[in-house]
Amino acid sequence: MTGGSVVRPYGDTTGDGMVQVSFTLPVPHDKRAEGAAVQLANKMGVDPALLVHAKPIGDGFTFFVVYGRVNHLVDLSAVRVVERDFPLLSAKEVNAVVKRRLRRKLSVVGACIGTDAHTVGIDAILNVKGIAGEKGLEYYRELSVTNLGAQVSVPELVEAARVARADAVLVSQVVTQRDAHLHNTREMSAAFREAMPAARRPLLIVGGPRFDESQAGELGVDRIFGRGTTPGEVASYLVHALITGRKAAVA
Amino acid sequence: MTGKLDLDPVLVARARELARRAGRPVVELARGHTTVSVERAVLRLAGVVGADPDGIPWVNRLVEAVVADVGLGHGVALPVFDALVREQSADVTLLAQKAAAGSVRFQVPAGRAATAARRAARKAVAAGIRRIDRRRVERDRLVKRYGDPPRRPWIYLIVATGDIYEDIPQAQAAARAGADVIAVIRSTGQSLLDYVPEGATREGFAGTYATQENFRLMRAALDVSSKELGRYVRLTNYASGLCMPEMATLAGLERLDMMLNDSMYGILFRDINPVRTFVDQRFSRQVHARAGIIINTGEDNYLTTADAVDEAHTVTVSQLLNEYFAHEAGLADWQLGLGHAFEINPEVPESLRLELAHALLARELFPDAPLKWMPPTKHMTGDVFRGNLLDGFFNLVGALTGQGILLVGMMTEAVVTPWLSDRDIALQNVRYVLGAAGGLAEDFVPASGGFIQQRANRVLGEAVDLLERIGDQSLLTAIAEGTFGIMKRPADRGKGLDGVARHEAGYYNPATEILEQSRPEEVRR
Repeated sequence: MTGGSVVRPYGDTTGDGMVQVSFTLPVPHDKRAEGAAVQLANKMGVDPALLVHAKPIGDGFTFFVVYGRVNHLVDLSAVRVVERDFPLLSAKEVNAVVKRRLRRKLSVVGACIGTDAHTVGIDAILNVKGIAGEKGLEYYRELSVTNLGAQVSVPELVEAARVARADAVLVSQVVTQRDAHLHNTREMSAAFREAMPAARRPLLIVGGPRFDESQAGELGVDRIFGRGTTPGEVASYLVHALITGRKAAVA
Repeated sequence: MTGKLDLDPVLVARARELARRAGRPVVELARGHTTVSVERAVLRLAGVVGADPDGIPWVNRLVEAVVADVGLGHGVALPVFDALVREQSADVTLLAQKAAAGSVRFQVPAGRAATAARRAARKAVAAGIRRIDRRRVERDRLVKRYGDPPRRPWIYLIVATGDIYEDIPQAQAAARAGADVIAVIRSTGQSLLDYVPEGATREGFAGTYATQENFRLMRAALDVSSKELGRYVRLTNYASGLCMPEMATLAGLERLDMMLNDSMYGILFRDINPVRTFVDQRFSRQVHARAGIIINTGEDNYLTTADAVDEAHTVTVSQLLNEYFAHEAGLADWQLGLGHAFEINPEVPESLRLELAHALLARELFPDAPLKWMPPTKHMTGDVFRGNLLDGFFNLVGALTGQGILLVGMMTEAVVTPWLSDRDIALQNVRYVLGAAGGLAEDFVPASGGFIQQRANRVLGEAVDLLERIGDQSLLTAIAEGTFGIMKRPADRGKGLDGVARHEAGYYNPATEILEQSRPEEVRR
């Protein structure tokens, strides 16, 4: 270690602190606009700020590119990150692990339960179309996906999981009036507990924008996914929880 | 023209013949079935408007009421207009309201009652189709007055704020910055709604709901822009999902200019029942043909799921099928915005030459179609600098191969929904490439027997092989067995199946009757 854990941005010499930023201000392009851009850069800690590009866009907007020396320091020893407790895998890697280690298709059953008709969440995770440029679980060759759609009753879900020999059950809940999402989830996890012995019970996963990700134990499920979850994260978690993590625990 | 790729004309003719053979049974299937959405579209043409206090359109309530009494297989036109004649009323919306309240009983009329109902239904629907015809004439007049874009490709740009009143100034700014076509992306999940929302909407998930009122507002705003800019700015939306026939109808009524409308997208990517999709497809394409709307097909989607080199031939196959289905429905070549995309991994050696081969193949196979050229999305990594370069190459291939409609690529693809500045930078990229190399297509002649010619011929050969395999089974079997993409979609599964019915004897659909009687060319004269 040289010089401790404090760093600053690197332009072309150590310690020069140079950064490049671009932004738009809602003002027409003139001298005052350029001054405003420099002022913003200064407030961001860029000083001196070199305004290298200013261009009018649309009506009453100006786009700027600023280079300059930022006076902030970064203390690496003070960096705190929340680590995901499973590795993020590509679709290819997920397929490879399932094929090699499970030696059969991993069966996933998904549904919106209760009166919730919002399939946006479950479809984003399961449909090939996916979300945010990531394909849904149907796209994974080694996953066998059954999407039951909306307004599925808990007994129907349990039965479908049994028929499909589900390794995992994914439930999406968007509607949260009178805590419907929490009641539905508890009902669902209790039904699975009642219907199947622990060893045969599929992994239970719920997702939705209003869940608290730390409530899994309380709701009787294995995992909760919140807003912004992508299919890749869910697939990676499935592989971790059902295959790689489990083997490691046994060994 | 012998072409730049030295394609074997016998093989090209063979490909078209195989596509026709694969598609014909699907057309037969579509001719013998109807769906709730087709029937709702008929009612919209007949003048049913508005929604109940819960926002469920009266067309939905009316179709439900008819189905409850007599089923779907006779179509709704006869039972509805029979009831109207009996009620001695001319207001179909009022009838829908009464039916929803349970105070109307429907029956399938026979004899003189059937003749009267048929005549009344045809008259009401014909009035709706005349409205579409008037919008088409109006478009022709505005295009003549303001002019088409000065060059090809037309520049196609997306807005998607979720709020129609926010979309409007963004669309107008985009038009001012050079966009020739504005597409308003729909809210996530709208394709799976079995009704069309009503009214102006101000919130959506990653897009704005497609409603008749939103269509009207945006078209009116772009008419203002067209006048200001001295060129007709076109508007695009989506005829896809469970309400495809109604979307096409509303687009015709509100003078939208282009609609996304793919023959298989809903089946493969949204798990919509194949029969539902093909029946809805055919009707929506007949409406588009009549309305003078350019369709955009969705082949680019295959390449986002499958490898763009290995599966290049599936794009060609789908284009040929889309062409067949489009012609069968009465669409002319100038209305076929067949899709394809720049999605080859840039790490693949010679990726640009492969892209040129594929893009030129589409151009030469469909010389009179305004091909829709889609930008890279799959290999946009968040490195916006590299992304901008990739988009530049995409634009260059578009110019070199004479594409008709160029969807502007965003270097912030997969990062954020485009910012004002992202759009400006992307348009600057397009303007530079088209300005600097717009005429280069003239000089771009691939070497005889060289890499590009060989690659294009190989893709065509693979497409013919795949079409032969499909021909041996049938398109529905091929889809069921996962030939396209990797999705298996059996004909008896998928969303929306319960809204499909086989025609009963005496099925009557005045819209189909009118649309099949006169083809758009005849309408024009």
